[in-house]
Amino acid sequence: MYYIIIFTAILTLISFIFDKKKTWKGIKKGAKQFINILPTLLSVIILISIVLYFVSDNVLTEYLGAGAGIAAYFSAGIIGAVAVLPGFIAYPLAGILVKSGVALSVIAVFITTLKMVGILTIPIEKKYFGLKVALMRNLLSFAGALLVGIIMALIFNYL
Amino acid sequence: MKEYLNKYKFDFSLIIAFAIFTVYSLLASFQPGIVIVKNNFWEFLKEMILALPVMFILIGLFDVWVSKEKVQKHIGESSGIKGVLLVMLLAFVQAGPLYAAFPVAYILKKKGTSSVNIFIYLSSYTMAKVPMLTFEIGFLGLKFSILRLILSIPVFILIGIIMGKYFDKHKGTINEV
Repeated sequence: MYYIIIFTAILTLISFIFDKKKTWKGIKKGAKQFINILPTLLSVIILISIVLYFVSDNVLTEYLGAGAGIAAYFSAGIIGAVAVLPGFIAYPLAGILVKSGVALSVIAVFITTLKMVGILTIPIEKKYFGLKVALMRNLLSFAGALLVGIIMALIFNYL
Repeated sequence: MKEYLNKYKFDFSLIIAFAIFTVYSLLASFQPGIVIVKNNFWEFLKEMILALPVMFILIGLFDVWVSKEKVQKHIGESSGIKGVLLVMLLAFVQAGPLYAAFPVAYILKKKGTSSVNIFIYLSSYTMAKVPMLTFEIGFLGLKFSILRLILSIPVFILIGIIMGKYFDKHKGTINEV
């Protein structure tokens, strides 16, 4: 994260040295877009925070564990699709799940849908792409994640 | 200002309701509320407040400095496999959640990037990021990461191509918000 901030700061400085006016114009353009997306972003984060409270590690292990069989893949896909977790929370959580008996291929589905599919962030995606494209991208990504997980399961089990 | 408030009526109602909930939770020591606010909301807000303004400054600078001709030449309609590799590289070195990539997709499209490359960029954006990979390998192992990557790349390039073609066929546009 920090290297991006440093990179941006250096770039902005160089841009400023070359052309003050142009740089301001660019920053203003960016700031305007940020302000326009901010309210939607905040309300999405509020919704995510509330949903997350109701999903505990125990619930996850129950739905994703070996006892759930093939359904574990779909559960993993659906939980990953609804949840929005930053990597520094998602990976330690995935580590805990593996230790409590969740198959790695199920984790692959969970990690992939977690990042690629965002039901809760559709309000943001819709603003940029329109509802139809947003839904289709999410649906295809969901299918793609399941495919990756299933191939992984086959490789882990038969190789 | 009034127009701005009006446009985001729903969002502002939710934000105000949540602000009241936060104050209540803190004053009354309402435990679930404190967990939601402190552990969840605050952590997300920190991540977002760091990642997004930076992203938007980069987008603004890109807008004023990089010409349409240059973008079109490298990642436009006839850029081929080189264009695909370039957008993937761009996605891999960025940081932040997927919704931070949407404004980037907007500016890339405005400058003449092909639709297929836009959606390959979005697919790649979350598939692998350099800082996140170290995390993934640490918690789930090298074998897992490599296998997941090898399988994900072709699947998600294919999804990018399908989405791009669909987008062009239906004359889709990416809005500025």
